[in-house]
Amino acid sequence: MMNRTLFIDPGRCIGCQACVAACRECDSHRGRTMIHLDYVDEGNSAAAMPTVCMHCEDPVAPCAQVCPADAIPVGPDGIVHTAAKERCIGCENCVHACPFGVPKLDLTEMLQYKCDMCYDRTSRGLSTMCATVCPTGAIFYGSYEELLADRPHSRASDLFGFSDSLVQTGCAMVVPAGRESVSVPGGYV
Amino acid sequence: MKGSRRGTIEKAPGIGDFRQAGAQPAAGWTTHEKDERLVPTHCCFCGVQCGMYLRVSTDGRVFGVEPRDHDINKMKLCPKGVTAYQQVNHPDRLTQPLMRSQRGEPLRPVSWDEALDRVVSEIRRIQETYGHDAFGVYSGSSMTTEKTYLVGKFARVALGTANVDYNGRLCMVSAGAGNKKAFNVDRAANPWSDMLLTDVILVAGANVAECFPVMTQYFWAARDRGAKLITVDPRETALARTADIHVGLRPGTDAAFFNGVLHVIERDGLIDERFIAERTVGWDEVRDVVADYTPERAGNICGLDPALIEKVARMWGEADKAMAFHARGIEHHIQGVGNVLTVIDLVLATGQIGAPGKGYGTITGQGNGQGGREHGQKCDQLPGQRSIDDPEARSYVAQVWGIDESELPQKGLTAVEIIHAAEAGDVKGLIGLCNNPLVSMPKGNRIRRGYDALEFHCQLDFFLSETAERADVVLPTTAWAEDEGVTTNAEGRIVKHNKATEPPEGVRTDWWVICEIARRLGRHADKFSFDSPRAIFEELRVASKGGFADYHGVTYERIEETGGIFWPCPSEDHPGTPRLFEDRFFHPDGKARFTAVKWIPPAEEPDEEFPMRLTTGRTVAHYLSGNQTRRIGALVEQAPRPWVEIHPSLGFANGDPVKVVTRRGEVTYPALVVSTIRPDTAFVPYHWASPAAANDLTVDDLDPTSKIPEFKVCACRLEQGAEVTVVPLPPVEPGKTPYSDEMGSTDDRRPPTAPQGRGTAR
Repeated sequence: MMNRTLFIDPGRCIGCQACVAACRECDSHRGRTMIHLDYVDEGNSAAAMPTVCMHCEDPVAPCAQVCPADAIPVGPDGIVHTAAKERCIGCENCVHACPFGVPKLDLTEMLQYKCDMCYDRTSRGLSTMCATVCPTGAIFYGSYEELLADRPHSRASDLFGFSDSLVQTGCAMVVPAGRESVSVPGGYV
Repeated sequence: MKGSRRGTIEKAPGIGDFRQAGAQPAAGWTTHEKDERLVPTHCCFCGVQCGMYLRVSTDGRVFGVEPRDHDINKMKLCPKGVTAYQQVNHPDRLTQPLMRSQRGEPLRPVSWDEALDRVVSEIRRIQETYGHDAFGVYSGSSMTTEKTYLVGKFARVALGTANVDYNGRLCMVSAGAGNKKAFNVDRAANPWSDMLLTDVILVAGANVAECFPVMTQYFWAARDRGAKLITVDPRETALARTADIHVGLRPGTDAAFFNGVLHVIERDGLIDERFIAERTVGWDEVRDVVADYTPERAGNICGLDPALIEKVARMWGEADKAMAFHARGIEHHIQGVGNVLTVIDLVLATGQIGAPGKGYGTITGQGNGQGGREHGQKCDQLPGQRSIDDPEARSYVAQVWGIDESELPQKGLTAVEIIHAAEAGDVKGLIGLCNNPLVSMPKGNRIRRGYDALEFHCQLDFFLSETAERADVVLPTTAWAEDEGVTTNAEGRIVKHNKATEPPEGVRTDWWVICEIARRLGRHADKFSFDSPRAIFEELRVASKGGFADYHGVTYERIEETGGIFWPCPSEDHPGTPRLFEDRFFHPDGKARFTAVKWIPPAEEPDEEFPMRLTTGRTVAHYLSGNQTRRIGALVEQAPRPWVEIHPSLGFANGDPVKVVTRRGEVTYPALVVSTIRPDTAFVPYHWASPAAANDLTVDDLDPTSKIPEFKVCACRLEQGAEVTVVPLPPVEPGKTPYSDEMGSTDDRRPPTAPQGRGTAR
């Protein structure tokens, strides 16, 4: 995982959508939320979970790999950026390639948009907008050490399994203690 | 991108739009402002009072929000807080006085002079014909303390009416009355930072994750330090989901539950005998009453496994330090005060108050729910939380106001009673501000009859609420960002809202309007010559001096320097009082009072015809009557309409139109079928207007002491309906197109994905 990064803790998420509302406030994509908020156990609990770009590290971000226009830059810091507007051809390859379902296509502009870890803020040393406002700390921005200092009992994993593929990510997921060394089940197989 | 693409394209998996159609602020987006200013202030919504910065452009427009690292919220905000600024330049804003010459005619724009002259002549006519008390004032607690103070003074001094009350009557009064009885003061006992020092936190009847989202960080901070969490609620809310113990009791049985818990604690010798002996009065009677509430009996009343009551009692009773919180869930009952007192009895019997990490507090609902109830707009109180029937308090306040004590009216009617008195013809005229009772008061039909029976009704607001829409005169007033003044949050911390922008042309501050009416009326007009909120605050400081809620040592400058001061703060060198009761309670003997409470059933129990219990509450995207939040695109998109939340065992499918029928009315809602609610209970959120209003269904029985309505339980029946009831758009003045029309809220027939709203994937 990256040094200062996002940790997602679904156990704390209350589904309030402050992250969604705050994401829309970003000057670079006002009105569009890059964060997804799902009620993951519909009908059975009030559980909810935000999904941000996990900034895949290994293999290199699938969205960038499959982009025929080479429009999705990956910075030396590991940040997987939104597709460059002048290059994006709206082909949706990235949308289908992302194991986490993060990139979206704006159907009017036919341009891709995705979470870039609030590059305008994090590159200046600020926290992301979602983590800054998250009322419960279900989205945490900082280093793993900072997370543990704040929450001594929390553990996180940056490895996700999709069938027999493993993806190492730049962001991490808070997992039950003892599960930090096994891959997080990645969803549909 | 307004209006584009909504639902126009069949989506491939993983492809979607950005929901931007609904999430546009009505005034559009402004980005990349050069040389923007950040104005530090606080949120206008709930009692947490999160700090925030408003982004203001060089030409003075509020166009965004930026997190602020304030002690209360540490930069956190909820979705209402993030989008609050979108009200400021909203096209639905009222910018000119509106008037109708008689009922049934449309409202038409008039000048301020014409509107105010009408108000003044109607006040004169009604008071001369029917007496002073025939004209009432019904106020609210979502505005600054300066304004709420002024309302109380205006009613007593300028109008000379006893009938002034406020919407905290629907909110905080059970807690207030319980606290006064037990402690002789009405304030949360501890700052929330004490939660980080405690071992067990009990939360009863408070959907913290949705109503006070930012407060949840304190719960997690406590849990990260090892604290246990107990939640008590008929619904397994987002906070309850991960609690160590969740008590899913039947609505309307709180007193039986807490008596049951105290029964076990007493039986097992877990009481704090020394604390009881040294610091309290009245334990013996409580002990005798709780003796009857065995876990079996309490469990039977509450619909709970008795073992759960034992478990809660042990977790609380064995804790070194514990804190209890409650909110409207236990307070909105005909036994609201009694319920509060059973929690206090538990706290006192175990000595869990008045020390770091030991404490108790109600969670105030409105932004200024605390400050707004302290300085005299309650029908039974004068500034400083003084009782209006205390001769000493009367003479002090009369002297501050420069009137004769005999001119000061006695206690008047409470909020719901004022409207019921209008229905009965005893109250003939009303000025309303900062409230929307046609959505928020119980048994809506009767409330509408009350308002219709008024000979004259003037309403102040910045959006045309459902209540303002029926008024004879509507006066356009400022949104929170357009004025300054203090509020007091749920902890008892006084903070300051700063002015970020000038009001739109034609809009006046509420305090200017009140002073202007007083000036034109002429009765003690010289007592209303305030030229600023600061001038009002300076008088308030003096008026509250020596009272319970003593603000005398608080200044605007000190608030700016400290980030907030907890009252009582009697002098400028006093640091304020974050934690109460460390040495003594506020009764003259310094001791707290136990009160024995016997559980009584709700006013309306289920029967064969109406076998279910109906309970009402909030959802996270909306605030109170929704007059503000139903106009904000992002919030409407998250929760466009009300629903009925029911258990799967009842046989309805998710999304079914389900008709909720009570003795008051019927509304058809889409069903949100969830296993997180009791099978014997249905829940409807209350933020929307008739004919989709939850309050068209509720009972209007009141607690005999606090006069709070029993919003939280009545009997209902569920039937398969045909079509869900259409949600009316928020009103706008004649000739305007409602912005909300573009948000597609009226044609939405679906329930949300979860109680918190609709997920972004739709």
